[in-house]
Amino acid sequence: MAADKLSTRHLLGIKDINRNDIELIFETADNFKEVINRPIKRVPSLRDITIANIFFENSTRTKLSFELAEKRLSADVVNFAASSSSVSKGETLIDTVNNILSMKVDMVVMRHPYAGAGQFLSKHIKAQIVNAGDGAHEHPTQALLDAFSIRQKLGDVAGKKVVIVGDILHSRVAISNILCLQQLGAEVMVCGPTTLIPKHIHQLGVKVEHNLIKALNWCDVANMLRIQLERQDIKYFPSLREYAMMYGLNKQILDHLDKEIIVMHPGPINRGVEITSDVADSKQSIILEQVENGVAIRMAVLYLLASQG
Amino acid sequence: MQKKTLLDGQKIQITIKRLCHQLIENHDDFEHTVLIGIQPRGIYFADRIHQELQIILKNQKILKGNLDITFFRDDFRRKDGLVTASSNSIDFIIEGKKVILIDDVLWTGRTIRAALDALLAYGRPEKVELLVLIDRRFSRQLPIEPDYIGLQVDSLDSQQVKVTWASEGAEDKVILLSEKQ
Repeated sequence: MAADKLSTRHLLGIKDINRNDIELIFETADNFKEVINRPIKRVPSLRDITIANIFFENSTRTKLSFELAEKRLSADVVNFAASSSSVSKGETLIDTVNNILSMKVDMVVMRHPYAGAGQFLSKHIKAQIVNAGDGAHEHPTQALLDAFSIRQKLGDVAGKKVVIVGDILHSRVAISNILCLQQLGAEVMVCGPTTLIPKHIHQLGVKVEHNLIKALNWCDVANMLRIQLERQDIKYFPSLREYAMMYGLNKQILDHLDKEIIVMHPGPINRGVEITSDVADSKQSIILEQVENGVAIRMAVLYLLASQG
Repeated sequence: MQKKTLLDGQKIQITIKRLCHQLIENHDDFEHTVLIGIQPRGIYFADRIHQELQIILKNQKILKGNLDITFFRDDFRRKDGLVTASSNSIDFIIEGKKVILIDDVLWTGRTIRAALDALLAYGRPEKVELLVLIDRRFSRQLPIEPDYIGLQVDSLDSQQVKVTWASEGAEDKVILLSEKQ
């Protein structure tokens, strides 16, 4: 039985929450998963709460998923995208958010290109903050939904072997995933070209492997990350084509492994680079389940945070 | 704390039998009627009613589900602590059915208000009735009345009515707890 309360007022990163929190979020998400599969997918829990989705960086899945989660909890939702706002006129982050809060907003879901933006904001404003990705730092709800999807598919996360393949250096998903999976008792390995693996990553207690086939033969679950070209200011590998040959997962590799593994991807997929179409659409892929679970996990996070007022 | 037993095991059994016969009077062979226990405490009582009905009706199939009302409560963020949700299990269609909501104790009526909201998310029943083991009358905060009552009791707001069941490892019993004067 999990605790009956989260240990934190904000969800800034997996680093700030403990195993009890994760278990409580999972149990609550189980309930919400049932809710979103009903004919009427809405519950009135957050009917007196207003949530602002503030996205300083592009997003499709996360934004949509948060917005759906908020609407299914009956919250009032306001959306804000930096590209079409006064931020481009030179307004600071605190000013922007304080202006939004003056309109009586209770909770802020924020994505920002700089690491620590959520942390900074939580020290300066009253509203509760949910981090929807800050730079190359953390993306806690993605990690929670990934672990939740593994738990759903394999029954438990503890004792499972998970390899995260690709651009670990620029990935917030990788860091949050490592922290979350380790808290739940899984073994984690990272795999990718030397240039895309942070130098000191082994200090997090993860294994490092540069050979994709070896890594895949070791694991139960492979989480294939996207190459984040938009964050790469220099060349980290000769060409995308060469990367795809060395680290791309195709059906041939998948079929020749010692055992059947599960394939995950946080999206957006670059088909033909980190993963081929026939793998993305195969039986072993749980990419679309991840998306469905994302809404349930985000409902659970918002509900549990809101209960602390 | 003073304890007073309102119903013991034997009386609970007699009460359950009486309630079942009242149900049969109105719902015949339960072809168009379903039972729904309200989580977390009403499900034990719903199980007992269901068992007894099957004995009386000689294993007639009667549909039974559990309904959780946590996300429909009207005191979210208004009181300390979180009420952890329980599971829903309604694996049949309630559209057009007669639904009997079952709970152990009816007090302010707010749980039943929430249950009605929660229930409607599953469809539009033809009729909804309410069956309770204990009705703490004169303490309602909403205009809600039960259709079938095990026992009516007069109690103060400071008192507590506690129902325990053999199926949860205790004994069948209803007690009234009051602070010592």
